[in-house]
Amino acid sequence: MWELIRANQRKSLILFFLMGAVLIGLGYSIGYVWTGFPEGGIVGIFIASGIWLLLTLISYMSGDQILLTLSKAAPVTQDVHPQLLNVVEEMKIAANLPAMPKVYIIPDPAPNAFAVGIKPEKSSIAVTAGLLSMMNRDELQGVVAHETGHITNRDIQYMTFAGIALGSVVLISEVFLRSMWYSGGGRRYSSKSSGSGQIQAVILVVALVFAILAPIIARLLYFALSRRREYLADATAARLTRYPEGLASALEKLANSDLNLVSANKVTAPMYIVNPLKKKGMKLSDLTSTHPPISERIKILRSMAAGAGYLDYQKAFSAIKGKYSKVIPDSALQETGTISIRSASEAKQEEKEKRKKTRDVGDLIRAVNKFLFLLCPCGLKIKVHPDYKQPSITCPRCHRELQIPSSGDIQTLSGIAEK
Amino acid sequence: MFYILLVILFLIVFFVIFIIGIYNSLIGLRNQVANAWSQIDVQLKRRHDLIPNLVETAKGYMRHERQTMENITAARSKAMSAETVGERAQAETALSGAISKFFLVVENYPDLKANQNFLALQEELTSTENKISFARQNYNDQVLFFNNKIQMFPSNTIAGMFNFKLGDFFQLESPAEKAAPQVSFP
Repeated sequence: MWELIRANQRKSLILFFLMGAVLIGLGYSIGYVWTGFPEGGIVGIFIASGIWLLLTLISYMSGDQILLTLSKAAPVTQDVHPQLLNVVEEMKIAANLPAMPKVYIIPDPAPNAFAVGIKPEKSSIAVTAGLLSMMNRDELQGVVAHETGHITNRDIQYMTFAGIALGSVVLISEVFLRSMWYSGGGRRYSSKSSGSGQIQAVILVVALVFAILAPIIARLLYFALSRRREYLADATAARLTRYPEGLASALEKLANSDLNLVSANKVTAPMYIVNPLKKKGMKLSDLTSTHPPISERIKILRSMAAGAGYLDYQKAFSAIKGKYSKVIPDSALQETGTISIRSASEAKQEEKEKRKKTRDVGDLIRAVNKFLFLLCPCGLKIKVHPDYKQPSITCPRCHRELQIPSSGDIQTLSGIAEK
Repeated sequence: MFYILLVILFLIVFFVIFIIGIYNSLIGLRNQVANAWSQIDVQLKRRHDLIPNLVETAKGYMRHERQTMENITAARSKAMSAETVGERAQAETALSGAISKFFLVVENYPDLKANQNFLALQEELTSTENKISFARQNYNDQVLFFNNKIQMFPSNTIAGMFNFKLGDFFQLESPAEKAAPQVSFP
């Protein structure tokens, strides 16, 4: 597993420099065009790197918090959803993480999940309420293992930096193109002699082409790497759980859901386990999609017949994607010994009917939002809004007066369960 | 002459740093192995703590299954009082068997299965069983890293110099568990 991490970090570095080169080229040509002097290009480089550095610093310090807030995730404790916390701890043990990831629930019925955190020591895993109501234990374990895979493989670190570099490139190009649009571009060159004017016109064209192409190239780079990381995280998940079928059937359920995640947008989309924005005509956008096709991921996982190791995943991957495609670096494939697949967990979970599922999602979302749950003796579960300040409430069915417990001993969803 | 001495000095310093680096990484890996081993212990203790609660909850519902309950309690106390590592491994395996038998019997008691308290306990116990097997899995992973480092060049020379011993893999004893193995090494 360490070889895999090292290979990933090496690739992160290469991408880091590639993105840096694009940024420097962009900064130079824009600086040159704006000022009209080669020295201006140097200034442009400094400004471009400054923006990049600033954004990187911000993301390093509080990037995870920004992402969690953007996706409206709420931190949860053991009593809101014991199984989720347990499964995360299981994966923490299996992956030998130095600390337990913080667990968040996104109050949204669309099933999805993501992980954030630059370092494995300080990471977070967020899942939606919809996902929790839809998955059985093995499937939930598969999803959490996939996210844990992103953490151990240092994908988040890398995707954050790549994302920031991409963001800077897009931002700078946008500003440049807009300024060209409004100023007409020619104004700055009027004082120059005609000879150097021609050279500058050429540079202007080069800069324009660069500013238009750079964001596209950067995006394609980013997306290509994002897709690869998804395969890698799948491989790690299979290895951690020793049970590829869990993740496969979870992905199947995710694929069959047609709900859009409200809080996701184009920037945060790559970090989710499946693309939260379901677009029409996905086939056309293979190059720009952030995730590999789910059907392919499921097929690979399901054809891992011999074992759950990286080598087995690579074999399955090659069989489906064609002979020469590589997904896992060679250094990680030198594992000795077979890693066999375990059988399904004994605690089977009956498929809940649809109405029960919908109600579960609602309850979970309310629990996350600090609603109070009161169990009336007549059997009705009353959900009290956190802003309700009266000392008691009347049961709408049997008209009993129910005391509202003081905030000192707030009952949560599972508080009821233990009654 | 002076330059040759300087070069030799540099080589010696480089060599010493190289040895220190490998030695420290070996120690780090050995500590990881020890830590992974203690992780298994933590989860086994947790299982011992959960069982009295489980028996207490199920008692009222399962009057006709006294034998199953007694088996679990007996296996637990045997596991807790085991002295040697071998005894302990055997007793814990027996306890695992008793617990899975218990959950099979529970299928016949819909009332118990509907009890929220019992469901919560069942989730805890399932998770603890999983944690035990993941802790073993991780222990074997760590032993593998450690052993690779001891046996591969160039770290094997330093490991030999300081007499590092190969770690032992966690092997499953009972034939029943071997039939559906979590991890197996040739």
